[in-house]
Amino acid sequence: MSAKKLGVAILGTGNIGTDLLVKVRRSPVLECRLFAGRNLSSPGMTKASLLGVPVSAKGFQSIVDRKDELVLVFDATSALDHVKHAPWLAEMGLVAVDLTPAKVGRMCVPAVNLTECLREPNINMITCGGQAAIPLAHAIKSANPSVKYLEAVSSIASRSAGPATRINLDEYLQTTEQGLQLFGGCERTKAILNLNPAQPCVHMQTTVMAKIAQPDLARTRAAVAEMVARIKTYIPGYQLILEPMVEGGRLVAMVRVDGLGDYLPRYAGNLDIINCAAIAFAEAYARQRTAPS
Amino acid sequence: MSDGKPTITVCDATLRDGSHACSHQITVEQVRAYATAAEAAGFSFLEVGHGNGLGASSLQVGESLVPEGEMLRAAKACLQHTKLSVHVIPGFATINREIAQAMEVGVELFRVGCHCTEADITQRHIGHVRSTGREAWGVLMMSHMVSAEVLLEETKKMQSYGAQGIVLMDSAGAYFPADVTAKVGLLAAKLEVPVGFHAHNNLGLAVANSIAALEAGARMIDGTGRGFGAGAGNAPIELIAAVLIKQGYTTSLDLYKALDAGDLAAKLFAGSLPESNGVTIVSGITGVFSGFAKPVQRVAKQLGVDGRDIFFELGRRKVVGGQEDLILEVADTLARRNKEAGKSPPAS
Repeated sequence: MSAKKLGVAILGTGNIGTDLLVKVRRSPVLECRLFAGRNLSSPGMTKASLLGVPVSAKGFQSIVDRKDELVLVFDATSALDHVKHAPWLAEMGLVAVDLTPAKVGRMCVPAVNLTECLREPNINMITCGGQAAIPLAHAIKSANPSVKYLEAVSSIASRSAGPATRINLDEYLQTTEQGLQLFGGCERTKAILNLNPAQPCVHMQTTVMAKIAQPDLARTRAAVAEMVARIKTYIPGYQLILEPMVEGGRLVAMVRVDGLGDYLPRYAGNLDIINCAAIAFAEAYARQRTAPS
Repeated sequence: MSDGKPTITVCDATLRDGSHACSHQITVEQVRAYATAAEAAGFSFLEVGHGNGLGASSLQVGESLVPEGEMLRAAKACLQHTKLSVHVIPGFATINREIAQAMEVGVELFRVGCHCTEADITQRHIGHVRSTGREAWGVLMMSHMVSAEVLLEETKKMQSYGAQGIVLMDSAGAYFPADVTAKVGLLAAKLEVPVGFHAHNNLGLAVANSIAALEAGARMIDGTGRGFGAGAGNAPIELIAAVLIKQGYTTSLDLYKALDAGDLAAKLFAGSLPESNGVTIVSGITGVFSGFAKPVQRVAKQLGVDGRDIFFELGRRKVVGGQEDLILEVADTLARRNKEAGKSPPAS
């Protein structure tokens, strides 16, 4: 049976990579043929070995060595590394799903532009806050043609923010803002990220705020409800906790994201959401590839 | 240092913390007038900008009336001996955008802050400021929320990133003097760099806590003209000046000019001077960021709920500064709950 599944590799064995592994193994159309990093004794690597997944500590070289078994590579390393990996993956004809904020390839939010992304050689998953906020921004825009300004604020549990997130806050903000511009059709955007250390850990929450001359609240609510339903098909823990409302001259809507609790705790909805989005893309890619034409 | 009392650096945060008190509506004229008074008073630093620092003007925490570049330029033009400083919170402010602009305007001190447990997010920003030759301090906000030992661990990180001073902020006005003594005392004893304290007056203890900080070894102290700041305001800088002089600390202050700065603040910011009220007191006892007071009052009114209930719930959730969006969610939940219970909205 496994011959029919799409052969994928996961590069990077940290939290994101390991959580992706669990999700790939559950997928009916994806098969992890390589889990590659630098350290065979990392927790992620240990887990992969125990699961019987082929592992390698040779990093990118192991992808080159096994390229014939692979179609798609999830890159969960770092933005700096992905910039190097991208041309090599392209040369080998492997589809790159980039989970770093490197922004080499096309920005993908499955609920908004999945189909258009299926022919791209390199897909960028933007940021966790971007995956939560951008679909809302897109829905708000669709109901209100004259959005003058868009803002996305995410709060995440401190424990869910690893060293890479912490050192790259500026890149996170910039990439999220670019995503909002692109999908929200709005020149002026702003992203804000808060880390909250409360115990028990807080679940990820994202608020989208917009400045609109004459907001159409009824249409906005309908558009947001439809968008949330669409997102729930690939991110089950995505919930609208504040229906669009107008307060203090701003339109506001808020979501909470409960993670699936695969490799990471359920509060880490921020890590879950970007992985769910990456899997949604990869599965759609696998299905269209095998679909009779 | 005649009788062994140390030199104290006084930091004037009026044109930054005061931003919260007037919903970020500080004008260029106010900046010019107050900056001139701060210079005359001999304060070492004047902090200017949005209440949440560089890049924080937003729908989330409130939009500034005047763009920060303009505010900073206006202040800079009035200062000679008093150095211009800014508050920087990674997650709001970025190096390439806001810090770069502030450098261009000539900001001399960058006080890089974060929630009290998250020091590692300041590493790049502090490192960047130091690499350009400017001065950088580390600031821990909401420092009432964790123990002295945790604060020491976090501030040691900031020191290792290059911070040349450390400031503990009592952002919720929740400290008692004994907390100040323990926390500032430990840091002053264990860190290589000088330690400062930034008080809020939600429990009426801003001046007392500032004195406790000085006695515990703080070498920098924050204040604002007439306490113009978030929640029930800060330690009034004219009172801080009077206390320092009376107690014989060495400072660069001119007493009368410092008193004048306080009087000027009263005149300039009349109508939005902070006051102690039920909401700011509850902000203090629940340990919720003082800057929430204005938006809580606004949202409470619109949704017909009690602002004090909002603060208690926010306190239960242990929200941090910057999470102002939760005010709306909490108020919305309370409004629904009240409706289901058949409760009528509060009379005011």
